[in-house]
Amino acid sequence: MYVELRNINKRFDKVVAADQLSFGIERGKLVALLGPSGSGKTTILRMIAGLETPDSGSIIIDGQVVNDIEPSQRGIGFVFQNYALFRYMSVYDNIAFGLKVQKKSREEIRSRVRELLCLTGLEGLENRYPNQLSGGQRQRVAFARALAPRPQLLLLDEPFAAIDAKVRQELRSWLKQMIGQLGITSIFVTHDQDEAVEVADEIILTNAGRMEQKGSPLEIYKNPASSFVARFIGVSSVINDYHSLRGFEQVGNFAQAVVRPEFVEAFKADNSKFHHLLDVSEDAVIEDIAFRGSYLELKLRIGQILLTTNRSLERRPVCKGEHLRVLIYRMYLFDADQALLLENSLLKDRDIMDF
Amino acid sequence: MNARSKKYVRRFLIALSLVFVGLFLVLPLVFVFTEAFSDGISAYLEYISDTYTQRALLLTVEATLIAVVVNTFFGLFAAWVLTRYRFPGQKLLTTMIDIPLSVSPVIAGLIYILCFGRSSPLYGFILRCGTPVVFAVPGIVLCTIFVTFPFISRELIPVLNARGTDEEQAAALLGAGGWTIFRRITLPHIKWPLLYGIILCTARAMGEFGAVSVISGRLRGLTNTLPLHIEILYNEFKYAPAFAVASVLVVMAVVLLLIRCIVEYQGRKKEQ
Repeated sequence: MYVELRNINKRFDKVVAADQLSFGIERGKLVALLGPSGSGKTTILRMIAGLETPDSGSIIIDGQVVNDIEPSQRGIGFVFQNYALFRYMSVYDNIAFGLKVQKKSREEIRSRVRELLCLTGLEGLENRYPNQLSGGQRQRVAFARALAPRPQLLLLDEPFAAIDAKVRQELRSWLKQMIGQLGITSIFVTHDQDEAVEVADEIILTNAGRMEQKGSPLEIYKNPASSFVARFIGVSSVINDYHSLRGFEQVGNFAQAVVRPEFVEAFKADNSKFHHLLDVSEDAVIEDIAFRGSYLELKLRIGQILLTTNRSLERRPVCKGEHLRVLIYRMYLFDADQALLLENSLLKDRDIMDF
Repeated sequence: MNARSKKYVRRFLIALSLVFVGLFLVLPLVFVFTEAFSDGISAYLEYISDTYTQRALLLTVEATLIAVVVNTFFGLFAAWVLTRYRFPGQKLLTTMIDIPLSVSPVIAGLIYILCFGRSSPLYGFILRCGTPVVFAVPGIVLCTIFVTFPFISRELIPVLNARGTDEEQAAALLGAGGWTIFRRITLPHIKWPLLYGIILCTARAMGEFGAVSVISGRLRGLTNTLPLHIEILYNEFKYAPAFAVASVLVVMAVVLLLIRCIVEYQGRKKEQ
């Protein structure tokens, strides 16, 4: 493990930012620290950087306990949420700052800054000041500045939070590609699960100062380790009487279940593609339809149960109050501290792939 | 309220302010100058080039300079400590810095007489150091420092608080030491408020009367500052000389005010 936290505790008055927190990160990975607002993830990042001191526990970087090492000596690149660019310095001087502090030669500084300007696509902006840049450009400057002294570890605090939605999408793929190219171990904090899923190699999901689960985005999506994870990842409907649905029986003491939109298939009764599955489907009424830009979001009612599904715009139009047949492929059962994936038993030997 | 009556209200308020300022500020100032020049220009020049006046002027400048330098350092440190660290007693320190603003300067003068005068247990020690404090220049400097010491830190604290510590932390993470961070990151930001504080401090130090009048002993040519000198002249019924010297102080204050305006203007331009 390149970065390792062991039994970290940290609390501010009443807020617990870390509670016996332990995890490790391999070299070269791009890791997302994901959790709801106020779950302590930024504090965890700041403790790794040395901007906060843990109450107890040790932080290890590259085999060395860094608790007593000054932030300036840890060799970490840090991108702040609001970027914290030096507002009285030009873009060039911002990027050159870390190199100047290291007393690098003038030539070396110049060539390194050129290289980074090129890498981040900021050529031609080197004489601008931070307040003359757009949000996306500022983020790139912050990124270039953090990378200039060639840190071994890059930490990013909510790197996309201050950017508007459209540019954010672009920057996400840019950042992922850039970090992949450089091969630098990186940890970024986010509260946005889409962002984490899209950008990270690995997600560490935290809640109330504790690690809920660690794994690849797909792993977390497929096998949520706890009820918190099951509810946090993906847009989900939480239902109570899951055993009243066809193909699902009561398992143990699990009282509730999570059904994601992609677990639900809704089709008209005369749809020939699903003809052979008609007998295992449920009858549902469309309660509400919302247009989401590239698809429709349907709210479906089966008796007391309310589910959400997405419908392609290419399929036949539906209207509110219409009856549809509904298939539920699988669901996550959960209780207070665990989660379980439950497949629809009636679909086991059916051919459902010919859709 | 309709537009017309709004207009009248506006005019009335402007006129009221102008009358007020005219009556209480401009008129007295005009009188200072008419009285100062009442014996003619050559007499005026004579009054202000008088040896005692010159010495008083020098002493005022000396005390002001020392007070400003000391308070600049103190103000910077205090503002830095109060905004960049968290420690027990922080609130108390913030309040204590403001004491000179709420305590009458006369009391400040008396405190120093009690501390350093003949009745003080420290008196023997002070004598051995070779220079008396009370009724001497060190006392005047001390009083001036006391009276002006909140000015600079009070200008800096809100600015430093409003800005937060992100940029400094970013610099620290890039490997910069404390001095580099202060010089390259903090100082450019507080430059204008600092200058502004220095100017305010200077203006206040120059005009200080109360505390200094208690501690100086008014030895003409030795411990007499410009404001004290004016009072002495006035008490001796030398009105024209008194006002002539007062006019010097007024000119100094006006020059400072102009510098202040320029600094403020520059500061605002830099912000944009």
